[in-house]
Amino acid sequence: MSDQNAHGGRDGRGTRLATPGAMLGAREGRRLGHGVVETDSGLIATKVGVIHSDEKLISVLPTHTRYTPRPDDLGIGVVEAVQSNLWFLDINAPFNALLPMSLGPGKAEFGGARNVLNVGQTVLCRIQEVDETHSSVVTMKGLGLRRVDSGLVESLPPHLMQTLFSDGGSALKALKASTQCRVVLAENGRMWIDGSSDSITDVVARIARIRSMARDISNRDDMLAILSKEVA
Amino acid sequence: MGGYGDVQMIDENGIRVDGRTAGDIRPVEIRAGVIPVADGSAEVIWGGNHVVAAVYGPMEAHPRKIQKQDRAVLDVRYNMAPFSTTDRIRPGFNRRSREISKVTAEALETVVLTELYPRSKIRVEIEVLTAEAGTRCAGITAASVALADAGIPMTDMVISVASGKINGTVVCDLNKEEDNYGEADLPMGICANSGDLVFLQMDGDLSPEEFQQAWDYNMESIAPVHELMIDALEKANGGDS
Repeated sequence: MSDQNAHGGRDGRGTRLATPGAMLGAREGRRLGHGVVETDSGLIATKVGVIHSDEKLISVLPTHTRYTPRPDDLGIGVVEAVQSNLWFLDINAPFNALLPMSLGPGKAEFGGARNVLNVGQTVLCRIQEVDETHSSVVTMKGLGLRRVDSGLVESLPPHLMQTLFSDGGSALKALKASTQCRVVLAENGRMWIDGSSDSITDVVARIARIRSMARDISNRDDMLAILSKEVA
Repeated sequence: MGGYGDVQMIDENGIRVDGRTAGDIRPVEIRAGVIPVADGSAEVIWGGNHVVAAVYGPMEAHPRKIQKQDRAVLDVRYNMAPFSTTDRIRPGFNRRSREISKVTAEALETVVLTELYPRSKIRVEIEVLTAEAGTRCAGITAASVALADAGIPMTDMVISVASGKINGTVVCDLNKEEDNYGEADLPMGICANSGDLVFLQMDGDLSPEEFQQAWDYNMESIAPVHELMIDALEKANGGDS
C-alpha cells in the first residue's frame, strides 16, 4: 500500500476514507472509538468511513452502519409480536426489543397485552437496558413516550442522525420551520412526522432525497440545504 | 494421442491463448453499492465473470437453532444463474454451490468481527450472472466489498485469486479454456493488508516448486485488485477516488 499514508487515507486526495484493514498508525495514548481496533501491527480500521483523529480519540465515522441500541436512546418501535405480559418491538436493530408489561403504556390484565398495544402499532420508547448480547429492554415510562396514532414514521440511515442533526438541532429546527410539521427524531434512524397531509408529503419527499444521497458523505451540505430550504 | 494434454494453451514465448503472460490476471472491474435495497452490495467483472453480491443484516437469526450465542452467523448463498453458462444450470442449490457457499463463509468469517453481533445473522448473497472460470474467487472478492459497503466491521478485506498449471507451466488466473483443459488449479483467499491466507483449495497435482510459483503469483495479484476495491468503496461512499 505504497500510496497510503500512515492514517490509511490516500495522498493527494481530498476526502480520506478508511477501508477495513487500513493501517491507522500507532495508538499514542488515544482512546479507540468506533470502527478502530488495535492489533500487533498497530491500529486498523474496521469500517468504511471518515477517519477522525485528535489527541484523545481516534475513530472511523462509518458511511453506513446498523443501529446498535444504547441505554437512554430514544427509539421509535413497531410492535412485531405480543405475548401474555410483554411486547416485542422492531427498533431497527439486529434484534427485537422487549417491552415488558410493567414498562408499557398502560395497565392490562395478564393475557390482555393485545388490548393495550397490538401488532403493527408504533410507539415512542426509550432504551432501558442493553445486555452483552445486544438484547434490549425498552420502556414507555417517561416524558413524551407514548403510542403514535397519527402522522407518519420515516426512516433515515442511523449514521445520518448524528451527521445532520448534531449541531444544536439547527437542521431540525429549520426543517420544522420550513414545513410546519411536528418532527421527532429517534436515535434508531426513524423519525415521526405529524402535521397536515401536504406538509407531511413535503417532509417525506425531502427525506427520500436525503436517503438517496446518504452513502455519499460529501453530500452533507446538500442534505442540510434540503432540510432547511423553504420549498422542497 | 488425443486428450486434453494435446491442447496447446501457451506458446514458446510464454503467451497464453488470450494474450496474457503467465503472471497476468484478467481485466477486473469492481463497483460497490449497486443494489440500493441491500445494506451493502458489489459487482465484480473479472474477465468473463460477472458476479453480484449483496449483504443484508446483521439481523435476528432464524430459525433459532442456527444462532450462535457468542457470535453472528454468516449465511452465505452462492448461486449461478441458469443463463450464466452455455449449458443451462438447473436453478437451486446443488453440491457445488453448497460447497462454495461453505468455503466462502469460512473464508469471510476469519475477517468479519462476528463476536460483535452474537445470536444474529449476516446474509450474503452471491449471484453469478456470467461464468468464465474463477467464479468462486470473483464471488469471495465481491462478497468482501459488499460486506465493507454494508458497514459490517472487518479486520481486513479478502481477495481471492487462482493460479494453475497448463501444459506444464504455472500461470495466474486461469480462463475458461485453461481451467477446463489445464492440469491443476489453486484458488486462494488472501487478506489484502495483512497477507494472511484464509482460504485455499487445490485441484490437480503441483510439485512443491510449482505450488510455490502458484502461491507467489496469487500473492502478487492481490495488490492491484485491492486498489480497485478501495476505489469502488470510495466512489460509492463519497470519497475522492
